[in-house]
Amino acid sequence: MNTALHLAEPYRLLLFLVGTLAFVGFNAAYLVWLERKGAGRFQRRAGPTEVGYAGLLQPVADAIKLLSKQLIVPPGTDATLFRLAPMLVMAPALMCFVAMPFSDALAARPLNLGLVMVFAFGSIHVLAIMLGGWASRNKFAIISAARVVSQNVAYEIPMLLVVITLLMITGTTDLNEIVRQQGGGFWHWNILRLTANPLMPVTFVVFYICMLAETNRAPFDMAEAESELVAGAFTEYGGMGFGLFFMGEYANIVIGCSLATVLFFGGWQSPIGVWPGLFWFLLKLYLLIFSVIWVRWTFPRTQFYGLLNLSWKILIPLSLFVLVLSSVLLKFL
Amino acid sequence: MMPQTERSAADGPQETFVLNLGPQHPATHGVLRVKLTMDGEYITRAEPVPGYIHRMHEKMGENRTWAQFLPNTSRIDYLSAMTYTHAYVAAVERAARIEVPLRAEYIRVITSELNRLSSHLVWFGAFLLDLGGFTPLLYAFDDREKILDLLEGLTGSRLTYCYYRIGGVCNDVDEAFVQGTRDFVAQMRPRFGMYRDLVTDNVILRKRLEGIGPISAELCRRYGATGPVIRGAGVPYDVRKVEPYSVYGQFDFEIPVFPEGDCMARYRVRMEEMAQSLRIIEQAIDRLPAGPVMAPSVPRVLKPPPGDCCFAVEAARGRFAVRIVSDGKEIPYRVKLRTPSFSNLSLFEEASRGMLLPDALALMGSLDLVIPDIDR
Repeated sequence: MNTALHLAEPYRLLLFLVGTLAFVGFNAAYLVWLERKGAGRFQRRAGPTEVGYAGLLQPVADAIKLLSKQLIVPPGTDATLFRLAPMLVMAPALMCFVAMPFSDALAARPLNLGLVMVFAFGSIHVLAIMLGGWASRNKFAIISAARVVSQNVAYEIPMLLVVITLLMITGTTDLNEIVRQQGGGFWHWNILRLTANPLMPVTFVVFYICMLAETNRAPFDMAEAESELVAGAFTEYGGMGFGLFFMGEYANIVIGCSLATVLFFGGWQSPIGVWPGLFWFLLKLYLLIFSVIWVRWTFPRTQFYGLLNLSWKILIPLSLFVLVLSSVLLKFL
Repeated sequence: MMPQTERSAADGPQETFVLNLGPQHPATHGVLRVKLTMDGEYITRAEPVPGYIHRMHEKMGENRTWAQFLPNTSRIDYLSAMTYTHAYVAAVERAARIEVPLRAEYIRVITSELNRLSSHLVWFGAFLLDLGGFTPLLYAFDDREKILDLLEGLTGSRLTYCYYRIGGVCNDVDEAFVQGTRDFVAQMRPRFGMYRDLVTDNVILRKRLEGIGPISAELCRRYGATGPVIRGAGVPYDVRKVEPYSVYGQFDFEIPVFPEGDCMARYRVRMEEMAQSLRIIEQAIDRLPAGPVMAPSVPRVLKPPPGDCCFAVEAARGRFAVRIVSDGKEIPYRVKLRTPSFSNLSLFEEASRGMLLPDALALMGSLDLVIPDIDR
């Protein structure tokens, strides 16, 4: 399968390990830059301009600042859990990239249970934020931790229902295989497979909303609702502890958007049949990420019960309907 | 949508905790502390603790001359400094029986209304920030910047103006200001359409504001709440209409009133009010009379005759009244300041009972509190 890289297995894995770490680190740093630049443009200002050309070295300066700060563990906190939480937010995010097919041959470990693995590790992130909030012994952080759990439980359900719908259509959990099925022009992409299920675009919208909620992004940023909860679960974190939560957020956005690309937009498949797969994968990925940033700087935050109502009263019935519809179609067509 | 919080004693002991909102908190926009007794995310009791930036303005009024107190007034509510200075100078003028030239009154109306606009624009941005929307703030401040530039050209300061003087205003408007104001009015009008399309009609915003934080007219009356808060509860109380001061009686404008009493009503009142301010400014600029801007016979050492005098204006946040007592000396005997934010905050405790924390913060944002205005 991995014909592009003729390396012995240990070296190949090492290369992928370094590559994944670099990819996640680079993305976390430069998505912050992109976010700040994007926010600047949406708000008719320039964003970072001082450090480097167009502020391109700003993430480096930020990283140095965060790394040089003292790690404060406030008195009264559960020191072990307090230190563990930032690691727990980052490590599973890295694991998710193991099965992610960046192109035809570029995947660290093509697993036939890839999709299941991504979701399994993707869910740990919630526990990490809850742990951080709980260990902080801060009232704002505890409120935030409680919110994160109920929010993620509520949104995991419609997301998985949507994914089950897709699985019924694709018949495999191998991410690379899912992409391969969508080859041959953009009308074969899952989002446009209206013959399998006429509600496919709706399915994508449900997935997208759930992804925003799962990654705690605006307008669903209940965990870090800074005008209500100061900094939510991260209130007591400083320096790189906070930095890791921050990186974890962006890493999760990258995972969510990669997954959306793979499941709905044909992954590394070219829509017109030219240029390498990696280029198309990254292009689709960053377009989706840009839309996530766009949403954040456009909408105000939802109310918490509004968020839960949206999930339980609209998204779950809708995704259940889609599920039933596509199973009926699969059965009788 | 209102959550159920009234529980009977049969439910067993309730676990509540105290949450200190402030004095440093992003949503209080200043050093206000609110002691919240919370049941989960529901507020069972919210006790505002003002006084963190109490600066004794009233006491300071008692140990400086009538004119020397003038700069203090613009530092009480720093966002609508013009209207506050207006109330004080007008009160002294009333006490000392000084006649203000018509041109000065017109200039006062124009600058006060510009200041009201800039104050409401800050509120608009900050309120949306409270609700988690960052971008409107920058657009509002962009518009506000034009007002600040205009007022800076005229008065020399951008925020804490000391432009009105006892007997008039300190310098005349020039052609640049008049033209700049006309241009601003023309530029500002279409912006309201944009704000309506992008912000007011946003479904998330409407969900967050409609039906949230209802304040009845009765509650407003009990606590003495004024301004957009009482007009958002359906009471057409605006000092500019009910006891017209200066030359407000000569202009054609409406008092926007929304009867719902929720956060959305207060939001709409302020948005409408900005459009009405533009109308007033336009009319005042068109009809600006010629003449002096300072009364001819203001004594250098002011000694108003003994007596008691009160003057109220409609500031951006409600009724601001100055009551001065003179014993015939060059220093006031008493300066009493009735500030709108204090009364508007007072109803928060009763209005926020049983609300969720984010809703209560939306309610607080819709009251448009300026903390120095509460503490004085």
